[in-house]
Amino acid sequence: MMERNQSADLLFEISKPGRRCHRVPPSGLPAVGLDSRFLSGGSPPLPEVAELDLVRHYTNLSARNMAIDSNFYPLGSCTMKYNPKRHERLVSLPGLASPHPLQPDKTVQGMLAILFEMQEMLAEIAGLHACSLQPSAGAQGELAALLVAAAYFRHRGENRTRVLVPDSAHGTNPASAAIAGFDSVTVKSGDDGLVDLADLESKLDERTAVFMITNPNTLGLFDHQILDITRKVHEKGGLVYLDGANMNAILGIARPGDFGADMMHYNVHKTFTGPHGAGGPGSGPIAVRDMLEPFLPSPMVIRDEKGGYCLQQDRPLSIGRVRAFFGNVGVLLRGWMYLRTLGPNGLREVSEQAVLNANYLLTLLRDHIDVPKGAGCMHEFVASAKILRREKRVSAMDIAKRLLDKGYHSPTVYFPLVVAEALMIEPTETESQETLERFAEVFVSILREDPETLHEAPHDLAISRPDEVAATKQPVLRWKSA
Amino acid sequence: MSYIANTSSQQEAMLGKIGKKSVADLFETVPKAVRLDRPLRVPPALSEMELTSLVAKLAGRNRHPGDLACFMGAGAYDHFIPAVVDTLSSRGEFVTAYTPYQAEASQGSLQVFFEFQTLICQLTGMDVANASLYEAGSGVAEAVMMAMSVTSRRGPVLIAGTVHPHYLATLRTYMANLEPEIRVLHCPGGYLEPSRLEAEVTEETPCVVVQHPNFDGSLEEVAELSRIAKAKGALFVQVFDPLSLGMLKGPGELGADIAVAEGQGLGTPMSFGGPYLGLMACRESLVRKLPGRLVGQTVDRKGKRCWVLALQTREQHIRREKATSNICTNQGLYAIRASIHLAALGPEGLRETARQCLEKAHHLRHLLVAKKVGEIAHVRPFFKEFRFRLGEGMPAAAECVDRLLEKGFLAGVPHPENPRDLLIAVTESRTLEEIEGFANALSALRATAGKGAGQ
Repeated sequence: MMERNQSADLLFEISKPGRRCHRVPPSGLPAVGLDSRFLSGGSPPLPEVAELDLVRHYTNLSARNMAIDSNFYPLGSCTMKYNPKRHERLVSLPGLASPHPLQPDKTVQGMLAILFEMQEMLAEIAGLHACSLQPSAGAQGELAALLVAAAYFRHRGENRTRVLVPDSAHGTNPASAAIAGFDSVTVKSGDDGLVDLADLESKLDERTAVFMITNPNTLGLFDHQILDITRKVHEKGGLVYLDGANMNAILGIARPGDFGADMMHYNVHKTFTGPHGAGGPGSGPIAVRDMLEPFLPSPMVIRDEKGGYCLQQDRPLSIGRVRAFFGNVGVLLRGWMYLRTLGPNGLREVSEQAVLNANYLLTLLRDHIDVPKGAGCMHEFVASAKILRREKRVSAMDIAKRLLDKGYHSPTVYFPLVVAEALMIEPTETESQETLERFAEVFVSILREDPETLHEAPHDLAISRPDEVAATKQPVLRWKSA
Repeated sequence: MSYIANTSSQQEAMLGKIGKKSVADLFETVPKAVRLDRPLRVPPALSEMELTSLVAKLAGRNRHPGDLACFMGAGAYDHFIPAVVDTLSSRGEFVTAYTPYQAEASQGSLQVFFEFQTLICQLTGMDVANASLYEAGSGVAEAVMMAMSVTSRRGPVLIAGTVHPHYLATLRTYMANLEPEIRVLHCPGGYLEPSRLEAEVTEETPCVVVQHPNFDGSLEEVAELSRIAKAKGALFVQVFDPLSLGMLKGPGELGADIAVAEGQGLGTPMSFGGPYLGLMACRESLVRKLPGRLVGQTVDRKGKRCWVLALQTREQHIRREKATSNICTNQGLYAIRASIHLAALGPEGLRETARQCLEKAHHLRHLLVAKKVGEIAHVRPFFKEFRFRLGEGMPAAAECVDRLLEKGFLAGVPHPENPRDLLIAVTESRTLEEIEGFANALSALRATAGKGAGQ
């Protein structure tokens, strides 16, 4: 179907000199003479297209995407749940979409009331004391929280230089630790896929600033040793950071603060249905325990004496800003709308159903493909094509590509690194039993197909497999006129 | 309401198949001691109708540029957004897709990002652009860290005092635990004097950061500054305003090694500060140190041209602690908006927009001076924004802003360095009536202030 699109020409190839779309009529004011050292000779060589060209171009391109609105998208770790349309309508109200970020507080009381309540709700769901909405995405949340930890220890006169990260963690964890100025030390997972306590203990000492844990972890397992883990870290004077990527499994079930986490980030675009926007924007608020609150980024929304809301700028111990202005407000508003729509029972139901759906799909698949830690799972599980690869030369990537042919987005492949030939599957709570069953049938039928068919997949999409090596060896990162 | 599709009988059947009696049994691995034994203390659920009326009520408590003529800028601007930007970017196939890791199922997004990278190169005259960063503040921090990595220099990072204070604050936060010190070059004349840079830059300087037009709206002597920086082997980082490039020389022509911008003016509503769009472009030779996603052209197995994520070995999911940056999610949807916006403007629309900003800002400055409201704080060429020092008899900037709200204006941003200075921006969206009305309303404050003092 995608092949029937009229054209995949680039904007630059459909451009024709003299064509116009948007026009700005003359102001009638006299021209302003700037010195020629500032002025370019002419306008940049942007493409020139008519409005209908533009509409067809982007409409046709959009049809070359798989998306939640059109396809089941069981991409592990990404929480591809339904993105409610009511949010899109409501965030475009001018009172929310249009305010300037530096307007006086008294002119944005509705906005600040929403953001204040969002801070409060996120702190409550975390079981922690305070929340900063500023970080732009999960990775920036990690960085902000690690900078908070660094400032906290500096304030206490402690010189702690290391951040411990499990080998099953997202790549952002060690990358954030490095940027925050820490040495990143890897902690092994045991055979059960959980934190290897002995290895953790051997690496914990007075140099440890933070232990970053993802719980449930990237294998979809809740680490039942969590109280032991957090106690051991605290005994050595360290802080526990929770990577909140997998919060969709435990909303209203268990709170990170209650199991010993001192700080965490949320991915509002995942758990609270952002949406993902082809790769962003996200929003990565951080919640912290009381002793860390003074170090949170500024500004925060607080209540003033008159019962109104204001932005508190003067916070002397704060790490400062991690970005200009308040934060990714548009994403936060959607998250707030989601929380207000669900309420306490709805939130718990999200996690219950996410875990139910994942376990159901696991049950349908595990007799057909190896699931190394497959006794049960939280919101996602990780299958392995290791045996298939050995016996039939069929890789995780082959399966992923063939699923695309069948109209399903693929699971996350080759992550986490601790599972060979990993296929990480997260159905989310918004999918129906029928969708899961059809997906399982297709998945199982793919496993029975002949290896050649799978090696050549996808067959029915706009393109076949791209040459990624060439794209990196001799990168072509922009169009140039012939 | 939790958007659950499964009926209760389906849930029971599913539990049966799994071999569990109840949903609670699915959470056996969560120790009892850490389970929450009460409902979350969040407000009760709302139907769509209830939510709609609540949001309408709260949104109604916000003033905004739809009901007040906006003369505020300072890094976020009320530029016009053509309808095609909203309509096309809100297609579910863009909005509800993930990062295009599976290229065959993401050619739409990938092609748009490849076009976006090209458009940013065409706009700036730079060689390579990434597929976006969060926004300009963290973009400046990323640029500085990139420059440190490229040059391996650990001397002070030099940054003009005329860079947006939020960008400077963000840089300080990012660099808090890293070795190089940040040295702010003071700019008493409202711009960075080249001689000042000449005196500070050394062979140990990793980079020099300059914003042009700067926070005050004034133009900097960028060509000379970049020459001075590069003579010592420091990288030159220029923060630019994309819409100024309809008239002003771009960072490529001015000698920037890394160019960073806030792309909000390209089709993104002001939305109280975000999500915005970080733009970053660099010279070809630096591409392997560039943070963020990059889309590259390649061919598929049948030789057909197509697009993929390229050079992923720079990124955190491959390189972990050795990555060029920790960035993962970026601003995909806003890069799509900016692409549509730039394509809708085209070269002529961009030029017309830039010219209107320039002309209208100068017109307002002229009216304010003629009405004796005050004088421009530093006599420098400017583009769409200027720092205006309120004259004798005028209230302080914050009070002017406050009092003009009743008259229907967002009067500008009180300058953080001087309570008598008001930062005033004029975009193409402002009509001549609004500009004249604003000048009259502001000058009327002087009259009242004068009377008040006399009585």
